Amino acid sequence: MANKIPRRAANAASTAAAVTRTIYKGANNKAEIQGIAFRLVLLSALSISLVMIAAIVAWALVEGGERVNIGLFTNNPSSFRPETAGYRPAILGTIQLILGVIAIIVPLGISAATFLELFADRTKWYNRIIELNIQNLAGVPSIVFGILGLAFIVRGIFDLGFVVAAGSATVAILVLPTVILASREAIRAVPSSLLDGALALGATRWQSVWKMVLPSAAPGMLTGVILAVARAIGEAAPLLLVGAATFVTFDPDFWNDSYSALPVMIYNYAGRPQEEFHTLAAAGILVMLVVLFFINSIAVWLRARYERTW
Amino acid sequence: MTTTALNEVFSLKNMSVEYGKNLAVAGVNLPIYQNEITALIGPSGCGKSTVLRSLNRMNDLIPGAKVSGEVLYHGQDMYGPDVDPVQVRKLVGMVFQKPNPFPKSIYDNIAFGPQTLGMKGNMDEIVESALRSASLWDDVKDRLKDNAFGMSGGQQQRLCIARAIAVKPDVILMDEPCSALDPISTFKIEDLMFELKKDYTIVIVTHNMQQAARVADRTAFFTVDTSRGEGSRVGTLVEHDVTDVMFSSPSDQRTLDYVTGKFG
Repeated sequence: MANKIPRRAANAASTAAAVTRTIYKGANNKAEIQGIAFRLVLLSALSISLVMIAAIVAWALVEGGERVNIGLFTNNPSSFRPETAGYRPAILGTIQLILGVIAIIVPLGISAATFLELFADRTKWYNRIIELNIQNLAGVPSIVFGILGLAFIVRGIFDLGFVVAAGSATVAILVLPTVILASREAIRAVPSSLLDGALALGATRWQSVWKMVLPSAAPGMLTGVILAVARAIGEAAPLLLVGAATFVTFDPDFWNDSYSALPVMIYNYAGRPQEEFHTLAAAGILVMLVVLFFINSIAVWLRARYERTW
Repeated sequence: MTTTALNEVFSLKNMSVEYGKNLAVAGVNLPIYQNEITALIGPSGCGKSTVLRSLNRMNDLIPGAKVSGEVLYHGQDMYGPDVDPVQVRKLVGMVFQKPNPFPKSIYDNIAFGPQTLGMKGNMDEIVESALRSASLWDDVKDRLKDNAFGMSGGQQQRLCIARAIAVKPDVILMDEPCSALDPISTFKIEDLMFELKKDYTIVIVTHNMQQAARVADRTAFFTVDTSRGEGSRVGTLVEHDVTDVMFSSPSDQRTLDYVTGKFG
């Protein structure tokens, strides 16, 4: 009976069956296994980083949680009474340092980015070299900037001495490339039709940039500044070189006297032999983590709030 | 045909535009008359947008762009050494292909130009009159403080026209103003152009031949000249005339082929 089906029809039917079989799940096992393996690799990478963060936070909480109280923020450090010692000068030092950094990086970073993105002639070789160097500077180790600060800001040309101002200037130079790169990205995200539109009305280039492009790029620039500040808060290495003393018991003055900063103070406490100081260091780490988390959250919120599709 | 003497707003004489080493368009001789709509048509890459952008010196913004020959504006050399491109753009406004409202309120979109240029007068009146001229007032009078991005594409484009009108220009250039719009919005803008030509001179680039036939008093046909050697694509002006003539009995075969849809 089977012979009654014409050969050609039988062939066609089997071909169709072969084709349709491939649309069902499980037809291509190899590709499916690859997909699962790939997803596993990605997930494990993600979980490793999450576990590490969680471990740090958990450790700091267990070690230093009991020491988090008002005295931690308001008391001066002490080398022999760890149970009441606090971070007051270091916190004030970090706040002054960061305000100084912001005062430097906002005008410098935004101006440099605006010039490079909107005014510099990119066909000129010297502008390309500047661009390349800014990208390279963003990857230079922070200790190098510490040495630079020591040679030119603490001593040398500026001769500020070991004061907060010198620390601010050094850290500002360190994070400036980040700010410039982020600001350039923000400016580049503003469509050129906006600039064209303003220019076509008879506005000057300066007016068009100042009133139209920069306000539109501001949220992105702000995000860059905040991320740079978050990095600046955690920097200890260059500060050690430009004179952030590890142990200071008086409030800092921006232009005079020695000062300390949170990471430097934590480093000092952690290096002491007594167990109580280690607890204090852990509590300090908690304070820094909370501050950093808060600052980064603001950056994320800003980015989401002002993100615009053109 | 009109019998009165026509006032030449622009007069292009043997004008060429280069981008770096590439000749984009060459040897254009074209008059543009006051209170008329002049359409520039032709296939892609024929240089019609380049010619348009050279009329308000927007080409200056492209690195390497260079205009040679003469562009006379009311008899004055527009590329003369002491001409300020910013002043040129105050007089010769432009509407772009894609509506590009500023990320501001409808009111501020209109007010930006007059404020930036330091124009005197009641700003509310300037805004209202510009919106009325662009037939947009009735649509938006109750939501002037709303963001302009909330408007439809056609409204956005009319807002851009209103914005250009607000600075009281002499000429309005339109670079394919309807190519991103639906037919109804297109119709509204064409309608608006008839109103506007009473007060302004309009030059429009369009891909749409029917649009040129509908709105333009005069039409200039550009095409790509490949005769200058291997791989060269230089825009060139084939001819220009009163629109009816261009679409019924042009003197050049290439124009006839284009307007009857044989190529392009």
